[in-house]
Formats: sequence, C-alpha cells, structure tokens
Amino acid sequence: MFEQFFFYIFATVAIVSAICVISVRNPVHSAVFLIVCLLQVAAIFVLLRSPFLAAAQVFIYVGAVMVLFLFAVMVLDMGKAHWKEHLHGQSAPAAVLAGILFILLGYMALKGRMTAPLGTYNEAALVKNTEVVGRALFTKYIFPFEVVSVILLLALVGAIALVMREKRP
Amino acid sequence: MPIETLNVNLLSILPMALVAILALSMLVLDFFLKKGDKGAIGYLSIIGLLIVLPIASNAIEGAPAFGGMVIADAFSAFFNCIFILAAVFALYLSVDYLKRINSETGEYYYIVLFAVAGMMVMSSANDLIALYVGIELMALSFYVLTAFRVRDTKSSEGGLKYFVLGALSSGILLYGISFTYGFSGTTNISDIARLAGGAGANNTFMLLGVVLTAAGFAFKIAAFPFHVWAPDAYEGAPTPVTALISIGSKAASFAVFLRVFIVAFPAFQSHWWKLLWALSAATMLYGSVVAIPQKNIIRMLAYSSIAHAGVILIGIVALNGAGAAGVMYYLLVYAFMNMGAFAIVMYLGRVRGNGEYVSDYAGMSSRHPVIAFLMALFLLSLAGIPPTGGFMAKFFILSAAIKARYYWLAAIGVVSTAISLFFYARVVFYMYMKDAEGDSPAPAGRPALAYDVVIYITAAMTMLLGLYPAPFMEIAIKAVEPLIR
Repeated sequence: MFEQFFFYIFATVAIVSAICVISVRNPVHSAVFLIVCLLQVAAIFVLLRSPFLAAAQVFIYVGAVMVLFLFAVMVLDMGKAHWKEHLHGQSAPAAVLAGILFILLGYMALKGRMTAPLGTYNEAALVKNTEVVGRALFTKYIFPFEVVSVILLLALVGAIALVMREKRP
Repeated sequence: MPIETLNVNLLSILPMALVAILALSMLVLDFFLKKGDKGAIGYLSIIGLLIVLPIASNAIEGAPAFGGMVIADAFSAFFNCIFILAAVFALYLSVDYLKRINSETGEYYYIVLFAVAGMMVMSSANDLIALYVGIELMALSFYVLTAFRVRDTKSSEGGLKYFVLGALSSGILLYGISFTYGFSGTTNISDIARLAGGAGANNTFMLLGVVLTAAGFAFKIAAFPFHVWAPDAYEGAPTPVTALISIGSKAASFAVFLRVFIVAFPAFQSHWWKLLWALSAATMLYGSVVAIPQKNIIRMLAYSSIAHAGVILIGIVALNGAGAAGVMYYLLVYAFMNMGAFAIVMYLGRVRGNGEYVSDYAGMSSRHPVIAFLMALFLLSLAGIPPTGGFMAKFFILSAAIKARYYWLAAIGVVSTAISLFFYARVVFYMYMKDAEGDSPAPAGRPALAYDVVIYITAAMTMLLGLYPAPFMEIAIKAVEPLIR
C-alpha cells in the first residue's frame, strides 16, 4: 500500500514531466524536464527492487546522455531559439487519439481484462541485484550483449563517417 | 543459468560472426589504403561474402544455442543466402556508383557488411531480445547509408525521416515485446507459444503485445499505414543502398515476422489474422494505386515494393506450410527481379546521365535494345506475368491463401496485381512505343562491367525461378516444416 502510494507519485511526475518535454518551447527547459522524467523512472526501478538499473539509469541517462544533450544545445546556440510549430495542426487529432487509447487501456485495466500472472521470483536473489544482472548478461544474454557491442561500434563509425564527410569540400 | 545448459555453440553463429569479422578487417584495412583505392575494399568484401555464402547456406545446427538465443536452422540459412546475394550485387554496383557520385569511402562498404550481419542475426534469432538487437544493427546501418550522399539534401531528408520513424517503430516493437514478456514471463520465441498459448490465448494483455509487435514489424516491411518513410528513404539513398533496403531489409523483417507469428503466436491466430488481413489488403491496394501517378522511377519502385509487401503478407495470414514457403520463395524472386530493375536504373544513370524519370525511358528500345528487353522482363516479373519468377511467386502465395480459404484476400491480391500492371506497363510503353523527345544526352562513357554482370545474372535467375521453381520451393518447404506445428 505504502509502495503503491510512492509508485503513483513517481508515475504521475514522470508523465507530467514527459508531457512538458514535448510541450515547452525552449530546448534547455525540455532537456531539464527530461532529466526530471528519467529520475522518476530511476525511482520506479528502485521500487521494483532493481537498484542496479536505477543507478545505471542515473549515471548513463541523467549523467552522460543529458549532459551531452545540453552541451549540443549550448554549442549549437539553440538555447535562445524557440522551436516553431511544424506539425501543421496534427497535435489536436494526436491528442484525441492518445486520449482514446489511454481511456481504452485504463478501462480494460480497471475491468481486470489486462492482467498477467505474477511470475516467480526469488527474493534472496533479488538482493544480490548487481550480481544477478552481471550473471544474466554474461551467460544467457551473452549473444545479444556481443551484438550490442557491434552496434555501438557501428554507431561510432556511422556518426563519424557522416559528420567528417560534410567537412570535405 | 549455469554455463552447461547454455549450449554454447560457435558453429551456430558462424555466418554472422564471419561477416562481422569481415567488416572489422575491412575497417582496419581502410586505414592503409589511399583515397583512390577504396574500391578495393568493395571487391574484397564481395570476395569475403562469397566465401561465407556456402557456409551460411547450410543449416549448421538445428538446436537453439547460446541459451536459446540463436538457432541456425534451414529457415535462417535460406534467408542468409538472400541477404548475401543481395549484398554482393549491391556492393558490386556500388563500386562504380560511388565513383560516379564522387564520394568513394571505405566506410560505405563495411557499413553494408554490418547491415548484412544484422540481418543474419534477425533471421536466426530465437529470442525477442536477440531479434531486437539484430533489427537495430541492420536499421542503424541503413540510416547511415541512406544519408550517405551528404551533398544531396534529399539524401539527408530521407535519412532523417527513416531514422526518426525507425526509432519510433523500435519503441512500438519494444512496447509489444515487453507486453509479451509481461504475460508469458519469457522472451524466448519457442517458449512463448508454450507459456502463453492454451487458456491464456484470449488474454487482452497478451493480445496487446501481439498487436504492437505486428505494428513494429509492419514499419520495417513498410506496410500501409506504416510506410511513410519508404518513398523518401528510397529516393534519397544511394541507389545500390535503395536496392539493398528494399530486398535485404524487407526479407529480414519478413523472416522475423514469420518466425514470431508462426512459432510464438500461433495460438492467437484467430485474432491476428483479421489484423494482418486488413494490413495486407490495404497495403496491396494503396501501394499499387499510389504508384500509378509517380514520375520518378525510384519512387514508383518504392510504392511497388510497398504493394509487394502486402502480397507477401498474404502468405503469413494463410498460416500454412505453403504460405510460409511462398513468402520465402517470393522474397528470393523479389531479390533478383528488384535488384535487376534497380541495376538498369543505375545503368541508365551511368550511360546517359539520366534515368531518374519514367519519361527518360522513351525510345530506349532503339538505343539499348538488350537492356530495354531485360528491363521489360524485370518489370513484367514484378507485375507477375508468366513465365517469369514473379508469376510463380504470386501463384504460390495466392494458392496458399485459397487453400486456407481466404478467398477475398486472394481476390484483392489479384486485383492489386492487375492495377500494378498499369504502372509497370507504362515504363514498357515508354521504352517501346515512344520516341525520345529532343536530343539524347551524350553518352557518359562506357559503363563498368558490374552492370552487365548483375543485370544478366539477375535476369537469368528471374527466368530460372519462373521456369523451374521446384527445387527452390522444395528447399523453402523443408525449411519451414519444423516451424509449423
């Protein structure tokens, strides 16, 4: 009960700040709201007994990714520029559709049609969270893990290839 | 999970590992080559891929390896062949193409190789996580390749649209995967059927996962209404990359579509057939109707590829061995006929400096009689006229639909084929019935050997697959048999 109370606080703040990310006009404000949103998600990870994921979320997203974001915004001097609306009046229908989806999913969740059986979990194993994640990564998920390393290399090469070529005459 | 139960089997990831190693060694080699010699990387990549081809075409290990993540079965071997052949043709044409647009770089070639590795991961993924990282590896390569003609704003536009919509579709797919995982408690494709089938088959929670997964895949195969990225990305990308996206990316996406919906979600067939039915019908009709007014031939081929995706979807809706094998056969034929058509578009761009617009094809039969004839062959095959491969492919898919009693869907397939004949025939009409207006542009030199080789091989294969489909169809049927229970 107590946990649910906290969950709803974090979830509400996360959703409100996510809406702010896309609705405020100043890119710097957007980035700050995104930080707020990601911190709430980290808090939800803590509630789900995943402190490692919560820490990774804070380090990588809030720390590294968002700092880079803000750097890019500052360096490109977009801080002053206010984004103009380029959506050609699509926001109203999009909001209506999203609302319908929200109501539909909420209705089904309340009616109990959207339930999944609770999976088995080992409370003792969950305490050793980092170890569990590490073990899973290097045993069962070793193959996708290696593929992800190739993806990162490709992202690096691709970004450099596109940016460097623009500089050449 | 203890290490003994993982079934670590390096043989089962051999094809994709070899392609990744090839890509990495080309990356290193790139540092040692002078600026004018980058074509060597292209040729070495082709040789490397041709060496991998016999290894990849064997079903190495039937059991899932690496904790059930990958499975190197006959199904993935069949698709690996399509990927490698498409990449070999695309790379061969690229060497000359990059010289022409004056942007020879080493990166281009090994990013193509990374894309091939990603497709191979997709085709042999036996787990939704492995499937997802495979999709990302392939898609990320194609985003970069699409934006590769940096001096052309169309290329940047296409790349950006492809990237943004691709990221959105990945989000939708992940949402679907997480619902599926939430209900069944596993991401393993074969375990999902066991855990989520039976009594759970009517669960709304799980159905939402199925619907969102289908939407994510529909983005990748460019089905209506998830197709909006396709025409812009196709037009903007370097033409060999366009050919590779329309063949390789589509084949890989259909491979995962087939595996997930046949192996993991068969219990939900009574629900998803309606969804895919509507998706298929809308895609076929939309693609073939919108292709008619296109003036740019690459945009026309983009819409035609959307229409083809709709036809191929029929094979999944049918959910029988003939339908799934028909999908595989269709994609094999499509690889050759579409690559041939794109090769001719590039050939005209090379010899005459145009060929971008349908009107450029006026009077082609008198100037390049052989090429005009082969272009007509590819276009008629794309339209599905006997005795070409395109006819046999459509025949297998439609007969599977009729066997599964989807008469209306088969009828819509025939109607869309009839509509599509109109725009394919328009190009043939321009080539044979119209004379060129004004002076023809001066020939821009002798084209490279690559064009001839690719055009003749693809033409021969298109005809062979039309006249003698039995052995190829047999391989496809054998490959899907273990998947369908």
